[in-house]
Amino acid sequence: MQVLMQVLNGLQLGSIYALVALGYTMVYGIILLLNFAHGDIIMVGAYISWLVMAQLGMPPVVAMILSVLGCTLLGVLIDKVAYAPLRNAPRLSILITAIGVSYFLENGAQLVFGADAKVVPAFTDVSTIQLGGASLSFAAVATVVVTAVATVVLTLLVQKTKLGKAMRAVSEDMGAARLMGINVNNTISFTFAVGSALAGIGAILYTMAYTQATPTMGMMLGTKAFVAAVLGGIGSIPGAVVGGLLVGFAEVIVTALGLSVWKDAVVFLLLIIVLIVRPTGIFGRTMSEKV
Amino acid sequence: MTDNAPKGEARPVISATASKGRTGAYRRLPMPARYAINAILVLVFLVVGELMIDGGAISRYQSTVLEQVGIYIILAVSLNIATGYLGQLPLGHAGFMSVGGYGCAIFIVRMMETLGVTARDFVTGSPVCGLLFVGGLLVGGLCAAVCGLIIGIPALRLKGDYLAIITLAFSEIIRVVMLNIDSVLGFKLTGGAAGLTGIPGYTSFLNVFVVVAVVCFLIHTMMKSRHGRAILAIRDNEIAAEATGVNTTYYKTLAFVVSAFFAGVAGGLYAGCIGVLQPAVFGFMKSIEILVMVVLGGMGSMLGSVISATFLTILPEALRAFSEYRMIVYAVVLILVMIFRPQGLLGSYDFSLSRVIERVLNHDFPWGKGGTGKGSAPDAADHEPSETTDAEEVSADAGR
Repeated sequence: MQVLMQVLNGLQLGSIYALVALGYTMVYGIILLLNFAHGDIIMVGAYISWLVMAQLGMPPVVAMILSVLGCTLLGVLIDKVAYAPLRNAPRLSILITAIGVSYFLENGAQLVFGADAKVVPAFTDVSTIQLGGASLSFAAVATVVVTAVATVVLTLLVQKTKLGKAMRAVSEDMGAARLMGINVNNTISFTFAVGSALAGIGAILYTMAYTQATPTMGMMLGTKAFVAAVLGGIGSIPGAVVGGLLVGFAEVIVTALGLSVWKDAVVFLLLIIVLIVRPTGIFGRTMSEKV
Repeated sequence: MTDNAPKGEARPVISATASKGRTGAYRRLPMPARYAINAILVLVFLVVGELMIDGGAISRYQSTVLEQVGIYIILAVSLNIATGYLGQLPLGHAGFMSVGGYGCAIFIVRMMETLGVTARDFVTGSPVCGLLFVGGLLVGGLCAAVCGLIIGIPALRLKGDYLAIITLAFSEIIRVVMLNIDSVLGFKLTGGAAGLTGIPGYTSFLNVFVVVAVVCFLIHTMMKSRHGRAILAIRDNEIAAEATGVNTTYYKTLAFVVSAFFAGVAGGLYAGCIGVLQPAVFGFMKSIEILVMVVLGGMGSMLGSVISATFLTILPEALRAFSEYRMIVYAVVLILVMIFRPQGLLGSYDFSLSRVIERVLNHDFPWGKGGTGKGSAPDAADHEPSETTDAEEVSADAGR
């Protein structure tokens, strides 16, 4: 029983990381940008949920929809305002811009909502699910299911639709894609929209599990998810999921062993070991450099 | 940019013959004179600063801010080695800073017990304290350099973003270790989350200033040397550099370790300035703060780092009243600078007083007769940061 609970915990945490990591991977796959602001988009999503439910007193469904929508719009807006002017700039400049955006969102939230944690009300009254005699946490089950569905939908989107084809083409070779008549800027914006929508879903699942929103919540969550994306091989959808689950399980195991103060160190150590053994992550493509 | 590496190899020959052949054409300052000018400038700054503090024109609080300015200058200039000159993106500078800070502070505190020196002696000043201070900074720097070596060897196998994230991972690990090492060791070393306290205030405006001057001088001369040229060649084109015989692994590690060493020295000064060390201070955000200084000033420009470190340290202090807004302003400035000037405020331009004097001696002004140099100088200055003599000579040769 204890083991089952821990496995479910690991799955839940891992799924949240996986969802966020998918956002990182999508954006990195297409414009090779580590979107540092991704974690903070989640933070904004959590605040929207809090705002809609606790302040405006609207039903949870509205909060969910508005959170996802808000995150999506924010993602596209960030791309248009901060990243689009830098499409041809050195990669380092875009990276620093991403850090700037992250700073901006964090401190903006702190200014608007204050530094203290806001308690996000529960989305449902159901707290446990009875399954064959065992009672499972509803949030955990929902998280795992939603992540599985999101991964499948995302894979289908990338592999089977026309937009997905355009995304793959742009990530392969931006110049050639443009010559083939693909609207590169719109494709990139669409990628940001998808990634940020996933962040919105991640925000809802996160607040379901931890019920609070703070201005800096995105930072550690984002960093860990980012580690997960790199661990799995950044740019790869199955890699993000595997990486997320690995990080989640590593944390749960370390905590279960009573070493919770070391859990961050273990996650980062895991990353270092994987990168040393496989420099592009578990599912990463190795790229040979042309001279 | 790509042709810099081969040029670098051939340069000594070119400049030797060229300067001999044209001594009458373009008057140059001899190297001792250049050093003398800079030494005098440093002394003037130092004396003016000390007099103002002694005379009471600068308050106790303001001189503490000035100390912090100096510390951040060292941090920015040292990160600039890895970012601007080597062209990598380490995100773990705060980790090195904390290792240096703890190393230095623990060394000094323990040695004080052994030698029977009290915290008061640092204020009044005694030869033993001076030695202890220098020793502490060196110990701090060495601790950080060893960490830099341990981190650098695996990290430098990776490129770009992967290097960034692995250095970030290492610095987070350092932070967690600092936080929890006491419970593993079973005795008090770092003081855990409460922090390391009881550090004597061995940092003063005078010694920060001297350390800043020494660090800038060392880094400047290193970048002017053969080793510095090799590092620049790696930044411009790693494959070309390797093909021309630069041992890229060695020089990348060297730049990384030197960068870590000076960050450790800055950490040691920081410990003495603040008096308390807490692991939480040296998080990811601290690394980013230092990186922002480097990028804002212009990657590869020492003057840029110095100016932006000064500006960005004083700005929040000046904006105390608006402290809530300052971080937003900070973020917006960062984004705007990147959008409108991706290479940083100064690019890789470096100011050289000697060059200005030479211009005046030769009546060669940018607005006057545009004969020697200026036409192609911006281009040369873009790629070769602190390059004065050779770049101009090469372009002058090309013009002839």
